[in-house]
Amino acid sequence: MGAYFSEIFLGLKSLVIGLIITFKEFFKPVVTVPYPYKTIKMSEKYRGHIELIEDEEGNPKCISCGACQRACPSGCISLASKSVEYEAMVKGEMKTKKKKVLTKYDLNFTTCSLCGQCVENCNFGAVTFSKDYNLASDRKEDFHFDLLKRLKERNS
Amino acid sequence: MSLTILNALVAVVAAIAFAALNAAYLVWAERRGAGRIQRRPGPNVNGPLGLLQPPCDGVKLMAKQLMIPGGADKALFMVAPVLAMAPAIMSFVTIPFSDTIVAHSMNIGVLMIFAFASLGGMAILFAGWGSRNKYGVMASVRAVSQNISYEVPMLITVITVVMMTGTMDLKGLVAAQAGGFWNWNLMPSLSSPLMPVSFLIFFICALAETNRAPFDLGEAESELVAGFHTEYGSMGFGLFFMGEYANIVIGASLITILFLGGWDCPLGLFPGVWWFLFKIYVLIFSFIWIRWTFPRTTIYGLLNLSWKILIPISLFNLLLTAGLLKVF
Repeated sequence: MGAYFSEIFLGLKSLVIGLIITFKEFFKPVVTVPYPYKTIKMSEKYRGHIELIEDEEGNPKCISCGACQRACPSGCISLASKSVEYEAMVKGEMKTKKKKVLTKYDLNFTTCSLCGQCVENCNFGAVTFSKDYNLASDRKEDFHFDLLKRLKERNS
Repeated sequence: MSLTILNALVAVVAAIAFAALNAAYLVWAERRGAGRIQRRPGPNVNGPLGLLQPPCDGVKLMAKQLMIPGGADKALFMVAPVLAMAPAIMSFVTIPFSDTIVAHSMNIGVLMIFAFASLGGMAILFAGWGSRNKYGVMASVRAVSQNISYEVPMLITVITVVMMTGTMDLKGLVAAQAGGFWNWNLMPSLSSPLMPVSFLIFFICALAETNRAPFDLGEAESELVAGFHTEYGSMGFGLFFMGEYANIVIGASLITILFLGGWDCPLGLFPGVWWFLFKIYVLIFSFIWIRWTFPRTTIYGLLNLSWKILIPISLFNLLLTAGLLKVF
């Protein structure tokens, strides 16, 4: 008989504890974000697709060495460059020098596995992860990114 | 004569409008409440605070086609949703909101409401059986056994209250409790010291009778698809839904009238309809609060609770009250 009543009382007590918890939650602020209207800022470590980094003049830092292209296990990076001559002061005299300038940097995001080998293999800190995540589309072509164009759009 | 008929008609229409409006907006309140408890905003897109959500839902439901499944019993299938909604609305006719606001006062109001409440079980049985769906039938069997088991302690508790006040008239019940919260049936009195327990039993039974969580075994999604209304779409489903919420309002009104002094103010000041509405909405909030706190019980747990705990305790309370009423 004692066990019968203690069971009822313990049950009631646990129910009241549960009710108190939900009552407290009721008055706390909401933790969700109304997604299409508001988005949250991605954390520093978020790894989206890759993105080129610019130098002080707004040009890509990339020197077109192709290390990222070689490192990519999925072969989704393709880049092209051209040689340009430029004047520079070397040991007190003007000399004509050559350097490579990036003309194309395409990322095929459909096959990218976000492993980050390209970022790790870049010796010039020219590639990084973007924070983009609103990447839904019904067309495959939307995921062939022209990163050079994206860099220009970002600067303009 | 014609004036009294007109009066009655206006009162009945007002009662129906109140029931329908509540049924529609309690859905909104439930979804907002669920949202708050789960730390999310709930429906907030349609109109300010999402207040246009119920009409939008209604239009959506009415625009859909009413499908009748192949081997269904058409008559029962069609009559079940109406039977779920109609008794709920009928019960509103006799509920007094204040001394003067009542559609039709009856000296056996309690009896009438419980008679109509029993029809709700029939609606669920018809819906499950008529739709010829195994999940529907299983859900109806559960819901009917639940309704029967919980009507017993509920009615025993009501008998206790009626014995104390000596009337079955809802207005009379409120009048007997007038004059402050110490006169309410909720408080333990000399002739019935276990009244708070009775209140708790009645509250639990009201939850179970309206098929509310944690006793919503008739629509246990995890094992029975959608329960008794699996085959219902469009406004058929809408009527079941509105019926459930109308029943919640009736349950809250009954608890208010039987235990919480109806339209009586807790401190004996300014009694009126506002106190009645305040009390029923506090009770409805607690129903919503309970629904989003506790998980669903099992059918065995549910029946054990009724037959092993609620019925013995309410019977004991009935006998104790009967004995003490003779003494004092």
